[in-house]
Amino acid sequence: MKPPKFRYFAPQSVEEALALLAEHVDGARVLAGGQSLVPLMNMRLVQPGVLVDINGINELAYIKAWDGGLAIGTLTRDATLVGDSTVAEHLPLLCEAARHVGHPAIRNRSTAGGSIAHADPAAELPAVMVALNAEFEVRGRSGSRTIPAQDFFKGYLTTDLKEGELLTELRVPGLPSRAGSAFVEFSRREGDYALAGVATVIALDEDGTIADARLGLCSVGPSPVRPRAAEALLRGQRPGSEAWAAAASAVVSVLDNPLSDIHGSADYRRHLAGVLTRKALAIAAERAEGNR
Amino acid sequence: MMQDEDFVMIRLTVNGETHRLVVEPRRLLADVLREDLGLTGTNLGCEHGACGACTVLVDGQSVRSCLMFAVQASGHEVMTVEGLAQGGELHPLQKAFWEKQGLQCGFCTPGFLMTAYELLRHNASPSEEEIRYALSGNICRCTGYQHIIEAVQSAAHSMAEAKATVPSSTVA
Repeated sequence: MKPPKFRYFAPQSVEEALALLAEHVDGARVLAGGQSLVPLMNMRLVQPGVLVDINGINELAYIKAWDGGLAIGTLTRDATLVGDSTVAEHLPLLCEAARHVGHPAIRNRSTAGGSIAHADPAAELPAVMVALNAEFEVRGRSGSRTIPAQDFFKGYLTTDLKEGELLTELRVPGLPSRAGSAFVEFSRREGDYALAGVATVIALDEDGTIADARLGLCSVGPSPVRPRAAEALLRGQRPGSEAWAAAASAVVSVLDNPLSDIHGSADYRRHLAGVLTRKALAIAAERAEGNR
Repeated sequence: MMQDEDFVMIRLTVNGETHRLVVEPRRLLADVLREDLGLTGTNLGCEHGACGACTVLVDGQSVRSCLMFAVQASGHEVMTVEGLAQGGELHPLQKAFWEKQGLQCGFCTPGFLMTAYELLRHNASPSEEEIRYALSGNICRCTGYQHIIEAVQSAAHSMAEAKATVPSSTVA
């Protein structure tokens, strides 16, 4: 199908975009990469009266150093995340996860901020942001506010963004020197939505025990899952299959309501989440050991 | 870009030729290419970004033309499958798809060609795995993919050979 009629604006600055969003509070949508919004419009599941296309706002496409980590402009394309050497050096988890977003032609358009603002539970970046303790800068006409990733995702396609607000920056803290990360997901075909995905970071102590562990899961609930009990179990443990198995069962036990659909039942997704957690933790620990 | 309530004027450069068009913002790039410019090589399969048949290049990067509004391509350079052949000569990729039978019904072929074109520009001799990964966003319901992959390998080979013979022939 074809999208219904809408009014189109292409602001060249954030100020201009915010003015447009304030003016058209009813029914205005922000168009970033369009790789989720346009399919929904083509299928007429979403019918915005006004589109505010932010693709011309060059000031929103950047990657820069921030607090030992990175600040990422909302309009940064996923293809950039995959191939950027600064991201690969400081936060390889972002490259590894972004590589799973759709296909090359999708990633040439899709944006980091778009994925987060859309908040599809199957999307990779929201789970990664949660695991990395990221925070998001949101701007409105009356000023800006900062929201921790964990508090930003409210449910299925639902975020803390208020009408008239624009997600402008993703701030991702750096990792300790002896840390490793991994992103693992399972989908039936390359580029499909994952049936389950796990992002993890493991930091090791001087003596090789786990100083800190973080987990973020996608596709197993209405929003990214941060299984804190599993993380707590891992702290102080020696890396190894016993610790991974314990953490995996702790992960599985907090997943009450994974989606059940034609692609996989809730039980299957729960099972996958456990398997992928073990895999991701083992890879991350191995990488952490390599980062002495 | 001139704008009133319902229409915008856009300047679209397609395969090197610049067109001035008046379109509704809701018109997809794929539809404007096909209906307004008569470039029907770009096909629409699913209209939600899943099949890859509508893949074109915008400023040299592959995009789904069903997930982009024509107004967004204003001022940018679009390349469609019609831009591959030069002076009546098929592009090596087109030749290879023909020779290796990389198509049956041909509906998906323009999307595969444009995706493979982008791949070979970044990676002149991709491995089979790299080809499969690059083409993973394009669906073909006829071939079973094997001949498409062979066609891309064959094109990479013939393009490398052509490149290698150019300097020596210039010297001669």
